[in-house]
Amino acid sequence: MRRRKGRARSKTVVNVVLAFICLIWLIPTFGLFVSSFRPATEILKTGWWTVFPHKENVTKDTIQLPKETDLRQPIEVKGKAYSDAELKSGVKASDGSFLIWENRRGRTINVQQSGWTMNTSFTTENYKGVLTGKQYQITDTDGSVKTKKGSGLSRAFLNTVTVSIPATIIPILIATFAAYAFAWLKFPLRKTMFVIVIMLLVVPLQVAMIPVLRDYTALGLNGTFLGVWIAHAGFGLPLATYFMYSYISQLPKDLFESAFMDGASNFTIFTKLILPLAVPSIASISIFQFLWVWNDYLVSLVFIGNQPGVQVLSMKIADMVGTRGNDWHLLTAAAFVSMLMPLAVFFGLQKYFVRGLLGGSVKG
Amino acid sequence: MTTSTVTTPNTKPKNNVLLNVILSIIVVALNVLMHTGIFIFLRDSEMNPIIHAILAILWGVGGIYLIYWSLNWAVERYSDLWRRRIQPYLFVGPAFLLLSWLLLIPTLRTLYMSFLDESSSKFVGLANYAAIFTNRLLLTALRNNLLWVLFGATACIVLGLLIAVLADRSSFERIAKAIIFLPMAISFVAAGVIWKFIYYYQPGNEQVGLLNAIVVAFGGEPQAWTSMMQPWNNLFLIAILIWMQTGFAMVIFSAALKGVPEDLLEAARMDGAGEFTIFFKIITPFISTTILSVTTTIIVFTLKIFDVVMIMTGGQYDTEVVATQFYRQFFMYRNFGYGSTLAIVLLIAVIPVIVFNLRQMRKQGGF
Repeated sequence: MRRRKGRARSKTVVNVVLAFICLIWLIPTFGLFVSSFRPATEILKTGWWTVFPHKENVTKDTIQLPKETDLRQPIEVKGKAYSDAELKSGVKASDGSFLIWENRRGRTINVQQSGWTMNTSFTTENYKGVLTGKQYQITDTDGSVKTKKGSGLSRAFLNTVTVSIPATIIPILIATFAAYAFAWLKFPLRKTMFVIVIMLLVVPLQVAMIPVLRDYTALGLNGTFLGVWIAHAGFGLPLATYFMYSYISQLPKDLFESAFMDGASNFTIFTKLILPLAVPSIASISIFQFLWVWNDYLVSLVFIGNQPGVQVLSMKIADMVGTRGNDWHLLTAAAFVSMLMPLAVFFGLQKYFVRGLLGGSVKG
Repeated sequence: MTTSTVTTPNTKPKNNVLLNVILSIIVVALNVLMHTGIFIFLRDSEMNPIIHAILAILWGVGGIYLIYWSLNWAVERYSDLWRRRIQPYLFVGPAFLLLSWLLLIPTLRTLYMSFLDESSSKFVGLANYAAIFTNRLLLTALRNNLLWVLFGATACIVLGLLIAVLADRSSFERIAKAIIFLPMAISFVAAGVIWKFIYYYQPGNEQVGLLNAIVVAFGGEPQAWTSMMQPWNNLFLIAILIWMQTGFAMVIFSAALKGVPEDLLEAARMDGAGEFTIFFKIITPFISTTILSVTTTIIVFTLKIFDVVMIMTGGQYDTEVVATQFYRQFFMYRNFGYGSTLAIVLLIAVIPVIVFNLRQMRKQGGF
């Protein structure tokens, strides 16, 4: 009886600790999400957490002092004298209110009262700004209106799709063909070739980049979609081959024997039998490869370079971080645009996603 | 393996071998011509971006299938014997050619280049390797990589294991795992933006960066986290890796924990063993292989870290790692010797993992 009680209590402790960890894990993404919908002027003035109810000094009243008030002398407000410096940083009055300059030149003072409030001004302007690349206007903190150019992420989004889909399907098809041969066909050098595939599994891309880049320059593949597809296909191939091999080699032998009996060729067996059977595995490794390509920065950076029409999302955003590091309204929206696809895949196909990762690495 | 003894009923009449060879060459040539043509057409055309994207995707996806299909069509013309000899290479060939071109041969070429000087024109022996261990910039990169592996990989594994164990005993396992795993899906670039905003620093008391806001709320001084207290500013970058990769370790550990037999745990509890004893004496040994393989995977991943550093600091403030230094040497300083040597250093660092993988393979049979 005592033990059960103890266990119930320990379960509560586990739940609380885990919930706390989950909260920490969630806050960064959540903060980005909230920020991306906040107006440009608000983002740099108040933290994103102020969208929640919180206690803050709210202006209840303004006091207009006589224009000729001397700032070097103690300033009398509501029957008490304060120095200019005190009013600059804000000072607590005897009735609990908070006094601060609203406009020092105009001699107006804000009387603020502490109270519950929340920032609820949201906008979709940030997304319009990053997606269209058209001119848009923002009102700055000091009231001036600035015209800024958006970053045209929609084109980059399209490019990323154009890179990612073939860069997923090409290597997986090639890998599945190879995996079938490694698993079920006999040919000289089979073992050697497979050992090479395994060896290449963890070889860092950096090792291959320089020579491949030279070949690309010679062949005119630099900054083209085909070039990036081939690069991603080559770099993703060892894992995909190994992953597909571990599934295809587990298929029952009789399956092939009966198909051969019926006179099917290897190609027919592959397309009519293996591919349909391997759909769950193919889905897992495809999602893995797709997200890898979608999220990739290094390969695009090296093989696309500064070719303007082919820029992908990660490059555009990295570029924005460098050139407009303080435009948080744009950066947060842009980062969220780039996360849309991964998040959709994550929530829609979580089962395959996890399986792809599990099979891809735990066996390696 | 294959049923070589079974005679296929639809044996084709023995064709002229010469004719078949010519036919095969024509098929290959047609493929090369057609795809080169499409490639040049798509590269140089000025059409609507959306149509261009659709055409490119169709070509990429359809083209690869067409290559296999047409080559197979040519191979099927041959006599049974030859078909059986050639077909495996049709299946493995493209994979192997691609791997050779993009990974195998480049590795050897990079190795060769690491013995040449900065413009790859003169043989310098091991001078580049000596420089790696004497040049301050390169040494910093090595030291930082060590920090990444030491703190990043360790934290991922410990936290991953802790969360997996907690989730296993909690009442909301699925949701908790999804939340921890979520950052795995997004890119390092996006994660960089997220964390740059958290670390954001502006002069004055009003902080919009979460970390500085917390520090100010507790009466501290706001800091520019990623540029202060070198080399410990690296830890703020490493936190991003931990945030992203712990989910990976957790999911795999979680699956392994499910494999620990329940009656074993129950028996230990009956004997009065505490949860900690059970964890260290029963669970940990039981999943030790998994721990080892997750550790190697994360270490390899951490060694190659690039995007985070590039986005967060661009390698400034002594945060350079080997992969970013490689990029800098190569694309900015145009020092091909140092560049390739750094790449080879990364390769040497993962060689134990390669050996480990091969040994695992042999243990599993098969090869």
